[in-house]
Amino acid sequence: MSIDKETVKKIASLSRIAITEAEADAFVPELNQILGWVEQLGEVDCSKVEPMTAVIPNKLRLREDVVTDGEIRDKILANAPIAEHGFFAVPKVIE
Amino acid sequence: MTAIFEMGIAGIRSGIADGDFTAKEVAETFIARVSAAKPLNAFLVETPEHALAAAEATDKAKAAGETLGKMAGVPIGMKDLFCTQGVETTAASGILKGFVPQYESTVSSNLFQAGAGMLGKLNLDQFAMGSSNETSAFGNVISPWRRNDGGNSDLTPGGSSGGSAAVVSGRIAPAATGTDTGGSIRQPAAFTGITGFKPTYGRCSRWGTIAFASSLDQAGPMAHDVRDCAIMLGSMAGFDAKDSTSLDLPVPDWEAALSSNLAGKKIGIPKEYRVENMPAEIDALWEKGIEMLKDAGATIVDVSLPHTKYALPAYYIIAPAEASSNLSRYDGVRYGLRDLPDGAGLQDMYAATREAGFGPEVKRRIMIGTYVLSAGYYDAYYTQAQKVRTLISQDFDKAWNSCDLLLTPTAPSAAFGLGEKMDDPLAMYLNDVFTVPSSLAGLPAMSVPAGIDGKGLPLGLQIIGKALDEQSVFNAGLAIEERAGFVAKPEQWW
Repeated sequence: MSIDKETVKKIASLSRIAITEAEADAFVPELNQILGWVEQLGEVDCSKVEPMTAVIPNKLRLREDVVTDGEIRDKILANAPIAEHGFFAVPKVIE
Repeated sequence: MTAIFEMGIAGIRSGIADGDFTAKEVAETFIARVSAAKPLNAFLVETPEHALAAAEATDKAKAAGETLGKMAGVPIGMKDLFCTQGVETTAASGILKGFVPQYESTVSSNLFQAGAGMLGKLNLDQFAMGSSNETSAFGNVISPWRRNDGGNSDLTPGGSSGGSAAVVSGRIAPAATGTDTGGSIRQPAAFTGITGFKPTYGRCSRWGTIAFASSLDQAGPMAHDVRDCAIMLGSMAGFDAKDSTSLDLPVPDWEAALSSNLAGKKIGIPKEYRVENMPAEIDALWEKGIEMLKDAGATIVDVSLPHTKYALPAYYIIAPAEASSNLSRYDGVRYGLRDLPDGAGLQDMYAATREAGFGPEVKRRIMIGTYVLSAGYYDAYYTQAQKVRTLISQDFDKAWNSCDLLLTPTAPSAAFGLGEKMDDPLAMYLNDVFTVPSSLAGLPAMSVPAGIDGKGLPLGLQIIGKALDEQSVFNAGLAIEERAGFVAKPEQWW
């Protein structure tokens, strides 16, 4: 399946990356080349194969249901582009 | 006595223990090497004060007769993918410019606990996405190596751990941390004539390491030789409750059990790794490696890993898919860059920030990852790739019925010139053809320098082992190291 410019724009929008018309044009052949190449995976008969979930068998651990962290608000906010009154600040959400 | 800057971890450790020099002298030596190495563009941040403080602590501990840590007095370079408390960490991206972590990654913390100091943060491919260190937002790293044709053209140190490879091979740091997702420790190690080790997935905690593709990312050492890698990995690895995929297993003393006697070991030679258009020199090096391992007592057997050719395409679905998810956190809200055009709303801010902050290769991978995970395509691409990954892993399991280790070249060529492959993403991806399959299977693998090509550039051999059997990989690496007699070093031109 081949990707057209509209699809590129849709992927960019899903990816939350702003792109110009020129960039969208450039992405079309590039993504088609890469996706065309990965499509060779379709040749492999995987009808009896389970998808990989963990390379090394390992169980998710459980821990006590207790608070182990916290009281670090200022550290969390330390790198925020804008933080006010102990919160992350973002532009007004109009939707 | 060997000059301090020529020494690796073991040499520095015994020199300090024997009183030949102090940790402070070691730190000062390498700090001077770092400031003189600016033309290589290997460091993004220099932290001489960190190296000096660790050295002072080592000298004090020694004076007080305390037992020194395994990395005591060794100033290392830290790939800038590891979050370091109070020291800017950007993953060589614009979007994290100015990000100062408020915490220490587990791997760097383990190394500091063992007495290591830090010379600075090392340049890399942006978010570790690249094989030549040309995707960094802060410029290319230039390899200390040059071809012997007198042309002096700038070569790649490999990637993504390009800064790490450059400083270790240039004797600017005695060792450095690397991370490996599809070959990012092994390929640069091969390109620069040093030793690099990727452990079994889960040996090193991923906590505090900036995520690229979480099911593949593993940290590991890049150093002068096999012993140094064994020492350093021993100080990096270990169970960490903060990483859900961390293996809850004791860390073996790999250094103590090093032995180059391979009697009884069977080494598999996978026929599928004889790829088209491989330079004759690499083929010849592989043959030499086979002879070296035979000489060390091993038996050689031919094996088949039939799904090898599908490893790269599977990787270039799985890694971008995980990356697109991991990198969704860079939104201009909590850390890093924010680009807020006039009158823009929240969604516009996300898109503008990510447009301004990510480089072209990162965007390309996020786009591919988003596409292969999108509705209607998920099964055809992502699920199929994860199934092929199962088959690749099973190929290795079957090979282990007839052998203990695999020997292959590390990369299909020697280091190439900067700029030579940047126009063609696919050609760049093919660099990882020998390293990606073991990454997909989570297996331990290392690159050992084993020869020099006609242009005077280093070539590496790769050893792949069974899960958790790092020891056999180290031992076979040592057997090659002892026989290859690799002593070439880049001439200092910078």
